[in-house]
Amino acid sequence: MARELLEIEELKTYFYTWAGVVKAVDGVSLKVREGETLGLVGESGSGKSVTALSTLRIVPRPGKIIGGRILYRGEDLLEKKENEMQKVRGKEIAYIFQDPATSLNPVFSIADQLVEVIRHHQNVTKQEALDKALELFRLVEIPDPEIKMWSYPHQLSGGMKQRIAVARALSCQPSLLLADEPTTALDVTIQAQILDLLKNLKEKLGMAMMLITHDMGVVAGVADRITVLYAGRVCESASTRTIFYNPLHPYTMALLEAVPSLALKRDKLKVIPGAIPNLIEPPSGCRFHPRCEFAKQGVCTLTVPPLTEMEPDHYVACARAGEIEAEPPLRAESK
Amino acid sequence: MSITTVLEVKNLVKHFPITARGILLKKQVGVVHAVDDISFSVNKGETFGLVGESGCGKTSTARAILYLDPPTSGEIYFEGEEVGKIFRSKDREAILRLRRKMQYVFQNPYASLDPRMTVADIIMEPFSIHGHVPKEKQHERLYELLRLVGLEDYHAERYPHEFSGGQRQRICIARALAVEPELLIADEPVASLDVSVRAQILNLLQELQQKLKMTYLYISHDLSTVRHICHRVGVMYLGKFVEIADTDELFNSPLHPYTQALMSAIPIPDPDAKSKRILLLGEVPSPINPPSGCRFQPRCIYVKEHKCVESSSRLVDAGGGHLVACQRT
Repeated sequence: MARELLEIEELKTYFYTWAGVVKAVDGVSLKVREGETLGLVGESGSGKSVTALSTLRIVPRPGKIIGGRILYRGEDLLEKKENEMQKVRGKEIAYIFQDPATSLNPVFSIADQLVEVIRHHQNVTKQEALDKALELFRLVEIPDPEIKMWSYPHQLSGGMKQRIAVARALSCQPSLLLADEPTTALDVTIQAQILDLLKNLKEKLGMAMMLITHDMGVVAGVADRITVLYAGRVCESASTRTIFYNPLHPYTMALLEAVPSLALKRDKLKVIPGAIPNLIEPPSGCRFHPRCEFAKQGVCTLTVPPLTEMEPDHYVACARAGEIEAEPPLRAESK
Repeated sequence: MSITTVLEVKNLVKHFPITARGILLKKQVGVVHAVDDISFSVNKGETFGLVGESGCGKTSTARAILYLDPPTSGEIYFEGEEVGKIFRSKDREAILRLRRKMQYVFQNPYASLDPRMTVADIIMEPFSIHGHVPKEKQHERLYELLRLVGLEDYHAERYPHEFSGGQRQRICIARALAVEPELLIADEPVASLDVSVRAQILNLLQELQQKLKMTYLYISHDLSTVRHICHRVGVMYLGKFVEIADTDELFNSPLHPYTQALMSAIPIPDPDAKSKRILLLGEVPSPINPPSGCRFQPRCIYVKEHKCVESSSRLVDAGGGHLVACQRT
């Protein structure tokens, strides 16, 4: 088994707002092994992005990391000084943002933006940096890179911009790529192109990736392991196959069944009642219990279920894990 | 039950002019071909899906049908009456009568509700416009509508900001249903909602259709929800239909290369799924200068120079009402 590259332990990031303290990430633990792709799945407000932003310590105000450890190659990133962190950002761990339209600087040509990153981390001349940039544009399959590299972001389509963002993230050969919903803002056919590109590049360059998404379809094709988040906590963490074929947490099961499928047509979709809880005053005990059909009074409502290893490498945070089973039709037919 | 056509669209064209300021007057410098000569019909009680990627003209079509943006040319018939004639006549009563029959649910429930009106005001506003519910019955009807869409009576006094996205979309649906429409145009009603809430709204739409015998025009870019909710589907590409068929027929045997590519591009939530992905090259061309001949021709892997580039393809019945616009078939 490969070594752990990134290990997040009991991470807590809170946002101190006027309305109260928003516990956006409240005790998240996860790991990314070298060379693997971890899919971080959850709905909006589940803390996916905040977890990734915390990893690079770029949580926007009024957010603050107030607890936990983030071990990267065994070193705690939370204890590093700001100038040491700057050497990690972009060079060791790179980030791709959700919306390519806002993550690129509109007043610089895309070549300049890449040169800036390359020269920040590597001791090279401008010409060498430009050559590197050109090479990267070829890597992310931009047509006519010699001409296109001097264009400005507004001259490019969404898919092209996201390719540039990928090129910029890869410019210093990071060991870990944090991709925050890299395809959500794109059309399906373009999404397929970008996912394909990420998958190929990951293999070519041997880096690890944390892919943040809300789309179970996206992770199924790309991720090796999946961690499911709900309301700032980890529900379940296991290999992709285990999550899809043998989920143990009721939220994971419900999430899989609530999505209309292309493969099989059901008369009615399974509904998760209610809505995502308010994170200023999250539900007591298990955060999913008000919406969970298996919740037990006195158990789920009171105690926070710890993340326990139910099977080798299959972690579940549910007091009733193992007692409940996913509805059979879904599993049987999809196999 | 015989099949009656509720909505019929004939040769609908919607062009948006691009203007630039000249010396004194604005002059037209180009045209966005948002919708280019499309025809289709929607039968009573069915859900017709309009699918395509952004910019293919789905929403422009819907807005043209409702005369929110009057079409450039073409005819729209609603229950046999020509919609354009009614709007052009400027007969307020006739227009209101027509508006009552066709309602719209917008994509973004955060933007389509007035933040300064209570839910009761929002849902009861149509009553005062159309005057179809007597004063003393209005509150009763309001609570009926709220319960119909799965909200509670006490929600009536609240303001939109107090609700979650899913609940807001329920309010939008209740508002649309307040006038008892025949046709409901739902423009990406679940696109801005979370996965766990989407299922609630999709199920609600299906229940309401059975209960109220409504006809839906369902617009979406998400093929999996379309497969779930629609009876018939039309696939659009750059302002034209490439394929129209019954949902099962379309998903089981897509005929147009674009439909095939679109379907193969959808990520399947199953790690073992064998994806035979057809990766499309390049991107959707600009609708300002659409390609000659078949609009899909520059990205099509089966393209035949002389045929596809020179003449445009028309929708042809490939058997059993499965319409496809491809010269290869």
